[in-house]
Amino acid sequence: MSLTRAIATGDLAELPSRRDEDWRWTDLRGLLRTLPAASPHSDAPIGPGPFDGLAGSDLIVVNGRGADRLAAVAGEPMVVALRLVAAGDAGAHASRLKVMIGQSAELTLLESYEGQDPDYVVETDIEFEVGPGASLERIVLAQDGSAAVSVSKAEVSLGAGARFRQTVVTFGARRQRHETSVDHRGGGASAHLDGVYLLGGQRHADITTVVSHSGVDGLTDQLVKGVVAGQARGVFQGRIVVARGANRTDARMGHHALVLSDRAEVDAKPELEIYADDVACAHGNTVGALDEEALFYAASRGIGADEARAMLIEAFVGEVIDRIGHAGARERVRDLVRDKLADLS
Amino acid sequence: MLSIKNLRVSADGEPILHGVTLEIPAGEAHAVMGPNGAGKSTLSYALAGKPGYEVTGGSATLDGEDLLALDPSERASRGVFLSFQYPTEIPGVSALTFIRAAANAQRRARAEAEMNAPDFLRLARRQAEALKIDFDMLKRSLNVGFSGGEKKRLEILQMAILSPRLAILDETDSGLDIDALRIVADGVNAMRSGDRAMLIITHYQRLLDHVRPDKVHVLAGGRIVASGGPDLVHELEREGYDRYARIPA
Repeated sequence: MSLTRAIATGDLAELPSRRDEDWRWTDLRGLLRTLPAASPHSDAPIGPGPFDGLAGSDLIVVNGRGADRLAAVAGEPMVVALRLVAAGDAGAHASRLKVMIGQSAELTLLESYEGQDPDYVVETDIEFEVGPGASLERIVLAQDGSAAVSVSKAEVSLGAGARFRQTVVTFGARRQRHETSVDHRGGGASAHLDGVYLLGGQRHADITTVVSHSGVDGLTDQLVKGVVAGQARGVFQGRIVVARGANRTDARMGHHALVLSDRAEVDAKPELEIYADDVACAHGNTVGALDEEALFYAASRGIGADEARAMLIEAFVGEVIDRIGHAGARERVRDLVRDKLADLS
Repeated sequence: MLSIKNLRVSADGEPILHGVTLEIPAGEAHAVMGPNGAGKSTLSYALAGKPGYEVTGGSATLDGEDLLALDPSERASRGVFLSFQYPTEIPGVSALTFIRAAANAQRRARAEAEMNAPDFLRLARRQAEALKIDFDMLKRSLNVGFSGGEKKRLEILQMAILSPRLAILDETDSGLDIDALRIVADGVNAMRSGDRAMLIITHYQRLLDHVRPDKVHVLAGGRIVASGGPDLVHELEREGYDRYARIPA
């Protein structure tokens, strides 16, 4: 059951619904009464992407058509922009990609979801195989249209000593989900699974992660922060499973959200399932308003209410952005986030 | 300069100040002393405009302008500065970023030119040196992980950079060891000038040994119950607040 299957078969009963525990806050079956027609091939010119100028090469997928493989081999570190574009009269489409990072190879993937069309419905599935001693930094920027329905799923398999660092930055859609499954198959691998969601209007974003520690000496460090305004809804579901024998696992999960309006909502479900004995695990989850004391302190120094709010919110999400490894992407994301925050507050 | 007349203030609905009258002319520093719960912090918060402190009567003006009609940030741009008893931590905003934003917000509000980065850094460096603050500390998140003494010195640094017309020091001596007290007092004394008024709120005489006030007022039960010259400090230190605390509110 998935959006991809529903698109392939045209059968709405294949859509995940609130009856599926993992989808209860991102109900697609209740939302979609019909599916749009399949997205056509598009010849519309594609302008520069949000990571323009930062990558050594671009892979472009338009309306589900285009690149489907990427391989990185040891040697010079690679920086690739992967652009998933809904263009022309985009309707429904699904795409699948495979990304292989060979032993000791290093890849930075600047992955952007770009859609201006009103009401497309898309799923993108990406399989990542990070080889032994290899390194992948994945920076995802989702700029979907406000009426779009978009699901992005990534399955990440980590070899021994692999390093994986992910930051999902999303401004939401009508309904949108970023799902990442990570398997610490080899021992001694590390995974950073960060995220930022900034939602206004009636937008929705769901960041769901499932991390399985099956190898020993694994590290998972997760920091997700969200800001919701208007009638927006943010969803965070984080599950970390430490299997029997996955000893000396170190897993940390943090999710923190600011709710800027009475009608905005955040639903969070952090879960740690631990079956090994010798592990260090911690999680923290907070959802609240801006710190009134800090706002007054700033005001007492002459900083007006709007500027003070913007400063505090930017600092709040800045903690996640600071953790992005690729310097150019980090500053690009910081600028986009600043612009978006100006819209929200 | 600062003129407070019959000021009545409630905090969270409970009356705390029952009619405070106080005049501080330009160039003078006045101390307000009193027992715990007398309403000292309420007075400072009411002047700065903290939400939750409701003025139910009286007036407070700075150079004839009604402070109570202004937002907290507008009061700041008119020259009101409150040094907090417990300065707030602001994670993710460096002290330098914060102070420069404050200085420039005030300048914009007064239709003055903003301070550029090199000028600001020069000023911050000079003031940090005077207050024996490690300049690198100013690159860290504001007040996060700072000791009590460091926070208080940083308050004085902000006061020096913002150069207010009315400085309100709320229990600035609390949490300071003897060396830090001297550094902070020197910083405060350096700010004394003929066109600035100071309101020093304190429970103890410690700070007043170093910053000599022109006048001393005793606040008890939400009212000024005694006023006098600097000698009143020593009398209070000798005899305590007991005889004032017994005055019914």
